[in-house]
Amino acid sequence: MDYTTTIDILPAKSSSAMPMLITRSASPSIISVEGLTKRYKKADTNAVDGVSFEVAPGEFFTLLGPNGAGKTTTISILTTTLAPTSGSVTIAGHDVVRESSQVRQNVGIIFQKPSLDMNLTGEENVRFHAILYGLYPFRPSFLLMPGQYKTQVRELCAVLGIDREIFKPVKTYSGGMKRKLEIIRSLIHRPKVLFLDEPTTGIDVASRRNLWEYLAKVREESGTTIFLTTHYLEEAEQADTICIINKGKIVSYGTPDQVKAHLVEEYVLVDAADRGQLRAELRLLGLQFSETPMFKVGLDGKSVHSLLKQIETPLTVVQTHMPTLEDAYLEILGGSVEEQEQEAQV
Amino acid sequence: MRDFNAIFTIAYRDLMKLLRDPVRIVSTLIFPLIFIGILGGAFQSGLSDAVGYNLLVFIFTGIFAQTLFQSTATGVISLIEDRESDFSQEIFVSPISRYSIVFGKILGESLVALPQGIAIIVFAFVIGVPLSVAQLLWLVPVALLVCLFGGAFGLLIMANLKSQRSANQVFPFIMLPQFFLSGAFTPIQILPWYLDILSRIMPMRYAIDMARSIFYIGRPEYSKVVLASPVYNLAIMGGAFLLFMVVGTFLFVRGERNR
Repeated sequence: MDYTTTIDILPAKSSSAMPMLITRSASPSIISVEGLTKRYKKADTNAVDGVSFEVAPGEFFTLLGPNGAGKTTTISILTTTLAPTSGSVTIAGHDVVRESSQVRQNVGIIFQKPSLDMNLTGEENVRFHAILYGLYPFRPSFLLMPGQYKTQVRELCAVLGIDREIFKPVKTYSGGMKRKLEIIRSLIHRPKVLFLDEPTTGIDVASRRNLWEYLAKVREESGTTIFLTTHYLEEAEQADTICIINKGKIVSYGTPDQVKAHLVEEYVLVDAADRGQLRAELRLLGLQFSETPMFKVGLDGKSVHSLLKQIETPLTVVQTHMPTLEDAYLEILGGSVEEQEQEAQV
Repeated sequence: MRDFNAIFTIAYRDLMKLLRDPVRIVSTLIFPLIFIGILGGAFQSGLSDAVGYNLLVFIFTGIFAQTLFQSTATGVISLIEDRESDFSQEIFVSPISRYSIVFGKILGESLVALPQGIAIIVFAFVIGVPLSVAQLLWLVPVALLVCLFGGAFGLLIMANLKSQRSANQVFPFIMLPQFFLSGAFTPIQILPWYLDILSRIMPMRYAIDMARSIFYIGRPEYSKVVLASPVYNLAIMGGAFLLFMVVGTFLFVRGERNR
């Protein structure tokens, strides 16, 4: 598929958005969430429970968590469609409760379930959006729309790799094409933040990859801040910042490497016939360890080889434990499921 | 200005949906025609002499207003359908006023209802209801008022409903009493006091009487057919419209955001 024309349908001022990327560490947060809590009516627990985080302009931020973790609740509050129970949220300097209209003008949203009107054509869906956001006056047909709009639509067709289909009802489109149309539609009013709520759910692998390539392109060219929720770890790994939530609380937060370091515990299990000698030697070497009753020695970034080379005591057992990020992620979630079961028993 | 464009585009979407659905067009036209044709015809042959005026004309004006009122009210309920199919999210995250969204929807459903009004008029011609050009012209603004009023009423009902399913169950209960107590096809000048009270709180009563008060103006039957002056009906409709809009929009938006 040809993406070379992408830049044309994106904000014309995209070049001015680029310095934002460079200076982003100095500029204030574009999203600021403080002690956000939401309890749905008739619920016993908080769907979102005292969550706080910041997102810098131009950042690719991912909210990762299993189904029911509170991702969609969070995104709904951030996009003004749901009122928070307590806490404060500002987007591009505007409070989501008191200045919801300004917030809406500054964000674009891709919902979990497609929000296109299936009976209208692709072009009509785009036109509907453009008029709602005050970009063009209302005209009852494509032909009567201003030339600038027509150019935008034609470029949009090039990006989607379609031609006459843009004038066909959306219900004839494939899942991947609908998603892309939604993304393009949401960028028409040049939002500062693009929210994507599990955008690849129900889309095949090829379309998914295609979508990510497109989104990367969008970021590169417009400098738009991306706020993604997903339950796919591999999608989260591409982000600048990962925030893992589970049962409404933040479990881990940081760059993918930081989160990995936090989540993944790498250690070696060793044992010797003479445990006293091994214990003494490990202490002498100043290594962190615990007895389970085998000796669990943390690697702290060192290689297994360099660790074992230091130990003189003849070892009877050597087991390495180096989980992938996915294993670690599942461990966290699995642990919380067990906790839940325990709570249920109590 | 942006809000005007938004209102038009929301309204236009509803009209486009109707125009692309020929089955829906046909089915919306059939019901009122049956009513005027069969019921009006039957009443005309036996009862006109007893009441002292042309019952066919009476029923035509009643069904005309009733159809537009009910059709727009029912149409506004489709906002629930949008909510369930998640298209409303797209509208609700846009930076336009909530009143514009709701008014755009009411205007759209009015445009969808109006073709039915035209069909009723055409049919009235065919079965011999006498209509002057002046009367026809007067029916246009009346039709629009009745539609907007019905739409605002639909909004108020819809704001209190959670799903399309509950709407389908509740709506007949709200519409059927109005149908009988608003005088669409039966004279309601003389009613037992308890039915009279009920009749007076039916919004549709004022929509129908508004249509008749304009249609019968300057005719000898006016005093027998019309319940109140057009000014009175207009005042009631205007006041109720504002009330329904403000309360309905408030409840609807609260229902959307405070879950």
